[in-house]
Amino acid sequence: MTETISGSRGLSIEEPLLFEQGSPGQCGVDLETPPDLPDHLGGLRRRQPAALPGLAEPTVVRHFTRLSQKNFGIDSVFYPLGSCTMKHNPRLNEKLARLAGFADVHPFQPESTVQGALALIDLAAHWLKTLTGLPAIAMSPAAGAHGEFCGLMTIRAALEDRGERRTRVLVPESAHGTNPASAAACGFTVDPIPATSRGRVDVGALKAKLGDDVAAVMLTNPNTCGLFENDILEIAEAIHGVGGFFYGDGANFNAIVGRVTVADLGIDAMHINLHKTFSTPHGGGGPGAGPTVLSDALAPYAPLPAVVHDAGGFHLVEHAAGSGLKPCGRIKGFHGQFGVFVRALAYMMSMGADGLRQAASDAVLNANYLQARLSGELTPSFDGPCMHEALFDDRFLKDSGVTTLDFAKALIDEGFHPMTMYFPLVVHGALLMEPTETESKETLDRFIDSVRGLAQRAKQGNAAEFLSAPAHTPRRRLDETAAARTPELRWRPEKKV
Amino acid sequence: MSTVYFTKDHEWVKVTGDEGVIGITDYAQKALGDVVFVELPAIGLDLAQGAEAAVVESVKAASDVYSPVSGTVVATNQAVVDQPGLINEAPEEGGWFFSLRLSNPSELDELMDRAAYDEFLTGLE
Repeated sequence: MTETISGSRGLSIEEPLLFEQGSPGQCGVDLETPPDLPDHLGGLRRRQPAALPGLAEPTVVRHFTRLSQKNFGIDSVFYPLGSCTMKHNPRLNEKLARLAGFADVHPFQPESTVQGALALIDLAAHWLKTLTGLPAIAMSPAAGAHGEFCGLMTIRAALEDRGERRTRVLVPESAHGTNPASAAACGFTVDPIPATSRGRVDVGALKAKLGDDVAAVMLTNPNTCGLFENDILEIAEAIHGVGGFFYGDGANFNAIVGRVTVADLGIDAMHINLHKTFSTPHGGGGPGAGPTVLSDALAPYAPLPAVVHDAGGFHLVEHAAGSGLKPCGRIKGFHGQFGVFVRALAYMMSMGADGLRQAASDAVLNANYLQARLSGELTPSFDGPCMHEALFDDRFLKDSGVTTLDFAKALIDEGFHPMTMYFPLVVHGALLMEPTETESKETLDRFIDSVRGLAQRAKQGNAAEFLSAPAHTPRRRLDETAAARTPELRWRPEKKV
Repeated sequence: MSTVYFTKDHEWVKVTGDEGVIGITDYAQKALGDVVFVELPAIGLDLAQGAEAAVVESVKAASDVYSPVSGTVVATNQAVVDQPGLINEAPEEGGWFFSLRLSNPSELDELMDRAAYDEFLTGLE
C-alpha cells in the first residue's frame, strides 16, 4: 500500500498530541487584554508563560473526536472480555438518567425536595434485595471492589461487636485480585485455597484451613473459570460452623440472576456490580456502583447513609445516634452513585423479573455456544458445560511459536476486542471469553469463524504474522515491556513521540 | 563449595555455608514473560519457610516469591530493581533476589536438587 504524505489514511488520521498541534497565540475565544491590575501574588507570578499549546476550538473538538473513534469499545465492536461482562447498555437507561429531575439533583438539597430521588434509591434497593433474597443493603459503595471492602468492614464490625478478633480470610486461588486486596485493606491476612482439577474450590483443603481465627470465606459463584461452585452449600455450612461469615463476590451474578436466590446459598454479604449485571456503563475507572446486600446478622453494621421510609415520606439516616444501628462507618461521600442507580433501575424495570431471568439464561447459552463451536480448534480447560464465560488454555498453540498474547493481538486485526488473557492464573495461557446475552448468533458466528481461522493459521506455521500483529491499528504492535520498564508518563517539548 | 536447591514454586536457593542466595528459576521467568517490576524484602527481616518474601511482576501477571527456607535477610539485589530484565536474561546468576542467613538448614532436606527439579518440570509438561 502506498504511504500518504501526511501519514493519514483517509479518515484514519495520523493524530499528533495536542501539544504538537496549533501554534502560540491561537485561542478558542477572543478576550480583551485585561487592564493593569494590582498584583496580589506576593512575588509568585510565573516568570515565563505556561507552555500551553495555542489551539482553536475546531482543532480540539476534532482531536478528541478522532481519539474517541480509535477506541475499541462496546458501541463499536464485539467485546468478549472474560470476567468483565461487556454488554450493551440500552439507550433507554441513558434517556431516563438525563431527565432533569434526576440529572440536576444535588446532594445538598433539602430532603423534602428530593423525595423522588430517595424513592428511586429505595426502589432500586428493594429490587436488589428481592433478587438476592437478602434483607439489607448498603447502596453507597462506588465499585465492585469497594463493595467487597464494604462487606468485609461490615463483617469486621460484627466480629468486633461480638468481642472477637479474627485475623484470617480464605480466598480461592482463582478469585479476582480484588478479593485478597480488599481483605488485606481491611486488616485481614489472606489465606489462599487451592482449586481442584475440575476448576472448583478444593473443599477438603478449605475445611483444613478453617478455625476460630477465620473471619470469612470469599467466593465468586460462578467462579472466574466460568464454572458453578457445586459445593457452595457445604462451604457455607463449614464457615458458619466455625463462626465465620460467608462473603459472596457478586461479580458474576449476571449468570444466575433470577435463577438462584443468593440467600439460599448461605451467603451473608455480596456486592453487586451494577455495570455488569444491570447494564450501566463501564466507565474509564468510573463511576461504578457496587451495592452490597447483607444478611440479618450483618444488617446493623452496614455503613451509612441509608434511606428509610415512614408515613412522612423518605428520609436519609446520616448518623447512628438514636437509630439503633452500629454502622461500620461511612465509606463514601454523599449517597452513592445516584446516576448509576437510575440506569440500573431503568434496566431492571424494563426487563422485569422474567426478563432478567431470560438474560441470565441467554448469557449462559451464548457462552456454551462459543465453547461448543470453538472446542474443535481450541482447548477448553475443563470438561462439561460452562456458565456465562468459556475458558480455554494454550495447549492448542503448543509448538506453534504463537502465545496467547500473540493470538489476542491478531484478533484485533479481525475487528474484535480480544478476550481476557492470562487470567484466571489457574490455567496455562488462559483465554477467557464472555459473550454476554446481548450478542446475536450472527455476531458470535463471525467471531467464531475468525478465532477458528486464526487457530488454524497458527497451527499451520504462520507464527510470523502473529508475532507482528496487529497490522491494522494506528501504532501496530506496541512494546508492552518497554512501556512498563521505561514509561513516558509526561509530555516534554524536547521529546517527540 | 555451594549447592543449589529448588522448590515446587520455582524458586532456587544456592547455599554456601550458612548463607543462601535466592531467585526464581529459568522455567519461572519463561512462564512469567518479560519482568517489569520487582519488590524485595527489607534487610534484617526474619522470614519463615514458605513466607511471602518478594514480588515479581511481568507483562502478564504479578506473583509472590516465597522464601524456600527460614532465615534472616542479609542482602538484596538492587540491580534487579533497576533492571528487571536481568531476571529474564540470567535468572540463576545476575537475576538473584536476596540472600538469607539460614536459621534452620535442615529444611533444605525437603527441597529438590537439580535432577529432581528437572524431572518435576517434565511432569508439568
